[in-house]
Amino acid sequence: MPDAIHMEFDVAGNNFVSAGAATNHVKDTLRNLGIPNKDVRRIAIAMYEAEINMVIHACGGKAYVDIYADKVEVLLEDKGKGIENIELAMQPGWSTANDDIRDLGFGAGMGLPNIKKYTDEFKIESEVGKGTKVYLKVNFS
Amino acid sequence: MKISDIVKILNAKILYANDELLNREVNSACASDMMSDVLAYVKDQAVLITGLCNPQIVRTAEMMDMVCIVLVRGKIPDSATLELAKERNIAMLASPSRMFAACGILYEAGLKPEG
Repeated sequence: MPDAIHMEFDVAGNNFVSAGAATNHVKDTLRNLGIPNKDVRRIAIAMYEAEINMVIHACGGKAYVDIYADKVEVLLEDKGKGIENIELAMQPGWSTANDDIRDLGFGAGMGLPNIKKYTDEFKIESEVGKGTKVYLKVNFS
Repeated sequence: MKISDIVKILNAKILYANDELLNREVNSACASDMMSDVLAYVKDQAVLITGLCNPQIVRTAEMMDMVCIVLVRGKIPDSATLELAKERNIAMLASPSRMFAACGILYEAGLKPEG
């Protein structure tokens, strides 16, 4: 494979049909590169949760993906309302989702805990009123 | 069991499938209406049983490498959800059974929580 593959995606806010499309694209790309299935699944789940968060909480944003021979890195950036208390948001079961989001099958308060569980590195920076940046890394086994 | 066996024992309607999918062996399943709960437990599960009915059930199944979605309570998805199932080649069945009954019937027939 080439040294690195860079991909960028515009993630549309409040569009529940396209939500997850960027992650699907990344998953297909990794699979075609022959990356081990369990690693592909780990980054797919983590990126999907982060993508869904951007769609439902932040009116969308951008996703940047870099695939190397030994790892994949994903940066998701939005200009949404930000997270007031990241520590609280990391607690399994804690959620600010409304009924509309719950109707979609999300808002169980498992998004950020799931991301942490499946990645080798996970960083989140957020400023209320400015937006949120989420960085994910999965090393290939 | 095969996906075609699920169709029979759950008296399900095939919303999307093809011969290759119907002949696919499946051994394990997961049931939930909350997609994040499905995503929380990575196991080799092949079937998603859910009462939720929107495109995100297909996305979730795809992320988990599941090959079959069983909709319970006779739900029929919108065209966007069905189109996505076709695009991602994931079988979609609709059963009149409710969630508990569908799970019990499939468990008794040999589907297990983990593959």
